[in-house]
Amino acid sequence: MTATTTPAPARAGTPDRRDRVRTPLPRPRRRHSVDRPRRSVTLTLLSSLVVLYTLLPLAWLVVSATKTQPDLLGSPGLWFSGRFALWDNITQTLSYDHHVFLRWLLNTLLYVVLGAGGATLLAVLAGYGLAKFDFRGKKAVFAVVIGAVAVPATALAVPTFLMFSKMGLTNTPWAVIIPSLVSPFGLYLMWVFSAEAVPAELLEAARVDGSGEVRTFFRIALPLLAPGIVTVLLFTVVATWNNYFLPLIMIKDPNWYPLTLGLNAWNDQAATAGGQPVFNLVITGSLLTIVPLVAAFLLLQRYWQSGLAAGSVKE
Amino acid sequence: MRATTPRTLSGLALLCATALSLTACGSSGTDAGSAAGSGDAAVSASALQSALAKGGTITVWAWEPTLKQVVSDFEATYPKVHVDLVNAGTGDKQYTALQNAVQAGSGGPDVAQIEYYALGQFALGKSVQDLGKYGAAKLSGSYSTGPWNSVDIGGGVYALPMDSGPMALFYNKKVFDKYHLTVPTTWAQYLDDARRLHAADPNAYITNDTGDAGFTTSLIWQAGGHPYKVDGTKVSVDFTDAGSNAFTGTWQQLVSGKLLAPINSWSDQWYKALGDGSIATLATGAWMPANLVSGVPGGSGDWRVAPLPQWQAGQNASAENGGSSLAVMKASTHQDLAYAFAQFAAAGAGVQDRIKGGAFPATTADLNSPAFLNTAFPYFGGQQANQVFAQSAKNVVKGWQYLPYQVYANSIFNDTVGKAYVSSTTLAEGLKNWQDASLNYGTQQGFTTGK
Amino acid sequence: MTVAAPPAPPGRSGRARFARVRRDWTGLGFAAPFLAVFALVFLAPIAYSVYLSLFQDRLIGGTTFVGIANYRQAVDDPQFWDGLGRVGLFLAVQVPVMLGIALLVALALDSGRLYGRDFFRITVFLPYAVPAVVATLMWGFLYGTRFGLVADLDRSFGITLPDPLSPHLILGSIGNIVTWEFIGYNMLIFYSALRVIPSSLYEAAAIDGAGQWRIVAAIKLPAIRGAVVIATVFSIIGSFQLFNEPSILRPLVPDSVTTSYTPNLYTYSLAFSGRQEDYAATVAIVMGVVTMVVAYAFQLRGMRKEA
Repeated sequence: MTATTTPAPARAGTPDRRDRVRTPLPRPRRRHSVDRPRRSVTLTLLSSLVVLYTLLPLAWLVVSATKTQPDLLGSPGLWFSGRFALWDNITQTLSYDHHVFLRWLLNTLLYVVLGAGGATLLAVLAGYGLAKFDFRGKKAVFAVVIGAVAVPATALAVPTFLMFSKMGLTNTPWAVIIPSLVSPFGLYLMWVFSAEAVPAELLEAARVDGSGEVRTFFRIALPLLAPGIVTVLLFTVVATWNNYFLPLIMIKDPNWYPLTLGLNAWNDQAATAGGQPVFNLVITGSLLTIVPLVAAFLLLQRYWQSGLAAGSVKE
Repeated sequence: MRATTPRTLSGLALLCATALSLTACGSSGTDAGSAAGSGDAAVSASALQSALAKGGTITVWAWEPTLKQVVSDFEATYPKVHVDLVNAGTGDKQYTALQNAVQAGSGGPDVAQIEYYALGQFALGKSVQDLGKYGAAKLSGSYSTGPWNSVDIGGGVYALPMDSGPMALFYNKKVFDKYHLTVPTTWAQYLDDARRLHAADPNAYITNDTGDAGFTTSLIWQAGGHPYKVDGTKVSVDFTDAGSNAFTGTWQQLVSGKLLAPINSWSDQWYKALGDGSIATLATGAWMPANLVSGVPGGSGDWRVAPLPQWQAGQNASAENGGSSLAVMKASTHQDLAYAFAQFAAAGAGVQDRIKGGAFPATTADLNSPAFLNTAFPYFGGQQANQVFAQSAKNVVKGWQYLPYQVYANSIFNDTVGKAYVSSTTLAEGLKNWQDASLNYGTQQGFTTGK
Repeated sequence: MTVAAPPAPPGRSGRARFARVRRDWTGLGFAAPFLAVFALVFLAPIAYSVYLSLFQDRLIGGTTFVGIANYRQAVDDPQFWDGLGRVGLFLAVQVPVMLGIALLVALALDSGRLYGRDFFRITVFLPYAVPAVVATLMWGFLYGTRFGLVADLDRSFGITLPDPLSPHLILGSIGNIVTWEFIGYNMLIFYSALRVIPSSLYEAAAIDGAGQWRIVAAIKLPAIRGAVVIATVFSIIGSFQLFNEPSILRPLVPDSVTTSYTPNLYTYSLAFSGRQEDYAATVAIVMGVVTMVVAYAFQLRGMRKEA
């Protein structure tokens, strides 16, 4: 993959990898004679059906978050009814049980920063190392790492629990963070991306100049890898933010719950003798759990989409 | 009706007083425990006292909400002891965690809340401590028989009963009045009411049931069935005895007639249906009122409590449904403190905290105290509901046994009996499948099994 | 799975052998942190599972070495095969539907003929941000025949829709949740692949007078075959590992979703309710092997066609 350093002609501010990745053709970006093809109402309507499908449950969630516990089932799910209680619900969600929701939020952030951040770092380093250096057993590494994806997570759960328990890690944040540090898919993406985005000639030139390998990596490779890194980061953030199964087994102390487990615990609370059903908080809490990720998607979409493109171009 | 004579009452009170003295009055430092008589107990009592004075930190896994107050009172009484109360999940979720911790040999609590049906499994696995060394056997008279029999396993006492669930029939009086139904005293009448109610209002059901292992076994228990027989490592399961047949005979008609609301207990729909009259009755344990108060505020004043309907007219048999105990874990390094806490919560001052919080006690002293019995429940229109519950506790049919692996057996209830609720499989067939699967598992686990 | 062959190593033109050896260690050095953690959280537990699968731990009698007895049991275990058959059916129906819709949306987006393309792209991708716990909660409500969307539809149109949570339909309902969660993710993979097709190909086609559909069939689809293979392989693995959605739905519909509904759920129940870690490890290993074989077979086929 001979990527060139020709700067991409920015179109509407979107870094378009098409021109950078491929052999540069000094041509205007006109394709099938219609870079601005005739818009189709039919096609738009058809696609709207998919969007409708996508938004339906989310609409229910938003609408339900505005209802009080008694109104929740007393009115059609997809339309507002009764008192508009969204702000009340949010306040109640945040303050319920000594602000435990905030604690869960902070835990989740901790897991995301260390887990997803660490996973991305490790994937970037390893992807670069595997793509740009030749060493014995490299193919075996690839086969084993990707093969491990096929092993069911539940299969690993019990042995991992027993091992971590012997190491005294269960019921601590490390029990969630350490397994999150490995992202086989992230490694795959970074491997493909590094191979493409970092030209061997640049590295050779740096070496000739006497730059050490670590220095070369940080000074030369890392900036070129940025779009790929953002993509991997997004995937690992989503994976850690939504992580449920692993903490379910590892963490028993609600003080270390991530949001997903906390919400589930609230949902279960109704089933406890003497427990108080708080379905309105479960719903509002769910909404609050999704919002930060959606915001991150929207803000970062320009970066990650270009990174993802590189991952799928290979074959 | 086994009236308690004043003499036994005072005897019980004395027993309780000595039991309580360890904790509630124990801080005085005098060795009141010796009044109990046995030298062993006296030694343990003073050892407990010094352990409490020395202090330390213990972890308690429990989901019971009233324990929060108990913990803070316990810490106030014994300032050097710190109690970490952790909600590690409700019921089987917690047992899974407990099982994992036991297997890993670390990471478990010092004290764990364990439901009666599940205790046998932990006792058999030697995961919980036999409390005999603390003289717990002497507390036997302090508790009603149902709960005590559940913690007294093969001659050892493996936990202290924390609460109990003698069953009663909760019914929505407003619905009954509206459709001129009589409160059923037999399950046959119950079936009749179910038909009339559903015919009068297709949205209303006599109760909800989608297949619940605890409920099914409780009703078979009440009907005099003994499907499980456990003798050491020999277990047998037989769901074709008279009690089981009595249950399936009536319940099959409710299922086939689509007279049961297809709503899962504890779901949001369920709470709503309890409030709006579409579920008219609940046959369940005496711990239910607290849930009604917090979960179905709209039903306040509509509901009443009656004795459980009978399988044969004129009887007054009852059964337990739910209820849990506090066990001291074998792996605990603070067993003395752990036991002291369990005793405080289940036999000491903690009991009152828990009753105030809406829990239903297992201690006979409380079950018989006038203050407890005469408590009027505004939720039940001022009815003194505890009288019904306390009577039910006395009428619990004796001799019931659970499997030593009931947690697993219950987990596959819906795989087998559950089919009767959603397909043409009958309850009797479902129970047969459950029986086979349970026996299979027993064989796999090394038990000698038979029918 | 070796979906994409590892990229070719960079050229080593005329470097000294010394440099090669040095570089050998450098590459491994970069990969080392990842590999170390990977060994801890993947390889060690897998090895441990294999070890466990040779034993049997019983309430009465304790732990004994049983050789391959657990594997024999798995081969004859109807609950395991039922679950496998179910995820097989799921795979055969849900994966094509999901990938088909994702592909159509990606093609629509790429055609440039949509109004508000960016809106469509981000909206369809949104569900990927929703945790499975929340997704299942939302759909579980919508499926409700008493208060959910199904109930509202019944009431509005005076009809009686079949209960999506009944045993006959529950697999489809789970498929719908999974489809909802992952259409956007797969759409994005396809879309990204479409975006990097060289414009020169389209220009050539345009000169030849090819229409939109012809371009899709002759240029776009062959060009993104690699992405389709990747997405399919990931979906195959995902289907075989189906766990989250049925497991979270279970409390809602305990009679429809059994404890052995999918092989993964079965493993979980065996290990955590049944304290049969050894047998659970065995089932998991068998399942892992089946998954790898199917994924690899599919990939080989996908590759061969391409050649």
